[in-house]
Amino acid sequence: MSNTGVIKSGVTLGVIGAICTALVALTYQSTEQRIEDNEKAWLERSLQPVLSGVFYDSGISESKITLPAPHGLPGAEDALIYRVYAKGEPVAALFVVSARDGYSGPIRLLVGVETTGKVTGVHVLEHRETPGLGDGVETGKSDWAIQFKGRSLLDPESEGWKIRNDGGQFDQLTGASVTPRAIVKAVRETLLYFDLHKDRVFAKLPAGTAAAKDEE
Amino acid sequence: MTSPGFIDQLKNGLWYENPGLVQLLGLCPVLAVTSSFVNGLGLGIATLAVLVASNGLVSATRRWISAEIRIPIYVLIIASLVTCIELLFKAWLPSLDRSLGIFIPLIVTNCAIVARAELFASRNPIGSSMIDGLVMGLGFALLLMAIGAFRELLGRGSLFARMDMLFGGEPLQGLVLVDGGWLLAILPPGAFFSLALAIAAKNAIDRRRRAKQLEAMPGRVHPSGN
Repeated sequence: MSNTGVIKSGVTLGVIGAICTALVALTYQSTEQRIEDNEKAWLERSLQPVLSGVFYDSGISESKITLPAPHGLPGAEDALIYRVYAKGEPVAALFVVSARDGYSGPIRLLVGVETTGKVTGVHVLEHRETPGLGDGVETGKSDWAIQFKGRSLLDPESEGWKIRNDGGQFDQLTGASVTPRAIVKAVRETLLYFDLHKDRVFAKLPAGTAAAKDEE
Repeated sequence: MTSPGFIDQLKNGLWYENPGLVQLLGLCPVLAVTSSFVNGLGLGIATLAVLVASNGLVSATRRWISAEIRIPIYVLIIASLVTCIELLFKAWLPSLDRSLGIFIPLIVTNCAIVARAELFASRNPIGSSMIDGLVMGLGFALLLMAIGAFRELLGRGSLFARMDMLFGGEPLQGLVLVDGGWLLAILPPGAFFSLALAIAAKNAIDRRRRAKQLEAMPGRVHPSGN
């Protein structure tokens, strides 16, 4: 390629690069607001299943704290906590944690806990369990997850926090016990964490924890 | 225009040169997202839009692009278009975007798109290039939909479930024929089986047709192969 050829090719590349960038920038700008709204709406909607029966008047997405691992909650990924208030008083905390002992990778869980320690609901957000077997833990697929509502560390007491196969009080799924076992364990660990760290979860600026840096 | 007529192009895209069935391009999305009809339809539409736009752009700029830099330019054009489509999906079809996940950005790597840019759009006028994108995209989308419907029917016993992801509204169950189904169909191996069945069916139809043509023309040796 001659010198002028190189320059010509370079200019062509540059011009087309600029046009493509402009195209992407324009699309980004015109969709940015809508995408943000969608994300927020999706979050609020996905938190709904564990908020039924809870009275609250605070914006939930604004009360998020992110705990980088290790955080003492189940799961090796970051854990999220959404704090729910009514008239300025804390009423519940929503945890996003991962159950690690699933059949295939971590199971992302949403666990709602009232300040009294009662579970408001458990909802599976993300999983790779076998379709048709372990995926019955999804709220849309079966009623399995409903059994957690209203439970607490005292109901049942520690030995009861197992699936029936293991002598506990929680149902498993037909043909699948690994997934339910993992979730029961993760929910119990979340309750234990909340029991120990309740004050820190609702503290405005929990001193000395990673959460302080993320306080929004 | 000396380029092939629309009907011929349509036949090529849908049947004789179907990107998925014959050219076996873009197998990753064909196999990965077709666990339901609505996923197949969604990714089909996205791929079709990218194909039409990328063929149009490549054809429009073909006079200024020298052979040495054509590949980086195709990549640039296709990547930008896919990014735009992804943003549009996120803005207007958020639940479908969630369901298709990584496969929207992965349209960039769909060889069907760069293949059409290289084989067709770089040497044909803009009009017929866009038509080529349209018919090839249609062929690809129809294959995705067919395999999606087939696997959904076998694997879940339903058809057209969750169409609300495309058109909005309340979650729809679609046509539920039986409760549950043959699990294997919606697992990854089911995708391979379904595609194999589709290719086998196409080959069988082609062979029968050729045999008929041969019968109709006795005494003439017909060239084999497609």
